Amino acid sequence: MFARRIIPCLDIDRGRVVKGVKFVSLKDAGDPVSCAQAYDQQKADELVFLDITASHEKRRTMIDVAEKVAATIFIPFTVGGGINKVQDIRELLATGCDKVSINTSAIKNPKFILEASKRFGSQCIVVAIDAKRETKDRWGVYTHGGRNPAGLDAIQWAKKAAKLGAGEILLTSMDCDGTKDGYDLELTRRVSESVRIPVIASGGAGNLNHLYEAFTAGKADACLAASIFHFGEFTIPETKAFLRAKGIPVRL
Amino acid sequence: MIAIIDYGMGNLRSVSKALEYLGVSYKLCSQGKDLARATKVILPGVGAFGDAMKELRSRGFINPIRELVARKVKLMGVCLGLQLFFEKSEENPGVKGLGIFKGAVRKFRSTNVKIPHMGWNDLKILKKHPLLEGIPSGEYFYFVHSYFGVPSAKGLTLASCKYGRENFAAVLGNGHVFATQFHPEKSQEAGLCILKNFVRW
Repeated sequence: MFARRIIPCLDIDRGRVVKGVKFVSLKDAGDPVSCAQAYDQQKADELVFLDITASHEKRRTMIDVAEKVAATIFIPFTVGGGINKVQDIRELLATGCDKVSINTSAIKNPKFILEASKRFGSQCIVVAIDAKRETKDRWGVYTHGGRNPAGLDAIQWAKKAAKLGAGEILLTSMDCDGTKDGYDLELTRRVSESVRIPVIASGGAGNLNHLYEAFTAGKADACLAASIFHFGEFTIPETKAFLRAKGIPVRL
Repeated sequence: MIAIIDYGMGNLRSVSKALEYLGVSYKLCSQGKDLARATKVILPGVGAFGDAMKELRSRGFINPIRELVARKVKLMGVCLGLQLFFEKSEENPGVKGLGIFKGAVRKFRSTNVKIPHMGWNDLKILKKHPLLEGIPSGEYFYFVHSYFGVPSAKGLTLASCKYGRENFAAVLGNGHVFATQFHPEKSQEAGLCILKNFVRW
């Protein structure tokens, strides 16, 4: 049966994993390749690397990371952060990276989604949306980690991105991110029901029931989480066993 | 010599990295004439059917690929590669495929599921084949596609997969041609097992 996906996310700064990954078994918890291998062994379904490196010159390191990851692990992985040209996408895909996630550059120039999906195929273009609730019924799109409003409605923007050729939406709730109180289920459901492409829920996972809720009430196609996995609170096999026992199809 | 057809369509790098990981040497071929000495050939690819056929044609691959099939050189198609083996596709009506498999490629019609079919799904093995050695029914593989091949001849389907209400051919093959709709190079051990079987085939 078609499985719901569990996707750990790693923040990368200048080629190193940041935000406290604590794998007990790892000699070097800052090495993205070792972390990726650990998640691969746990049977994570995909991986996302978010490059938070501020300067363009140092982005080269992310390409090196992607090269090394692609040479040793054989699950799909996505790289996001600072991608704003077709050339950036080409360089990453040439390493063996499977998808790229674009955010601000797509907001600034929606045609970038069209251009990128035409060139490389929709399947490798993930549009990341950072959304924050503005009224009872509206979620605004934000850039720069939730600081700058983009003046867009998240649901409308998701629809537009899908129409322009996005293959997937990575939807992060800025309200829930870091709270560990659970995903924004209403936002996730509203976006998931508005588009025909898969939606990855992100932001707020604090326990395994939160993932269950995202898949059921939130109608998410995949769940992304960082801290619950990084700090060893839950392993991927534990997570999947929990979900399967509750009737969610997962790949064990 | 294992040749990987390089025609500018997508996931070539992940296929070649998987072979490197398995310690297998290969050659990237960007022109049809490079295939003359190949003993095994992989046709990878992601993207649109029409664009892919156009690229294969402009690089002179069409006749060399047909000759490979006539000479019974072992040929493996992955994802879009599988679809190109068919005669035509709903994706680009009017564009002729390689016609190695009789039948056509069509889009998922289920309205209750997301398109593309993106993620891990399990196989139902229908027929034995050397490349499926060690793969039990129920094994999971990674898929990304909106279209799938429907062969006219039943015997070609080696394994099926269910998405929404539709059962589709996930693995096709005969004595010397083999194709997977999923990405073996992105399907962990099970996928690497198929690639190893291909190398040994």
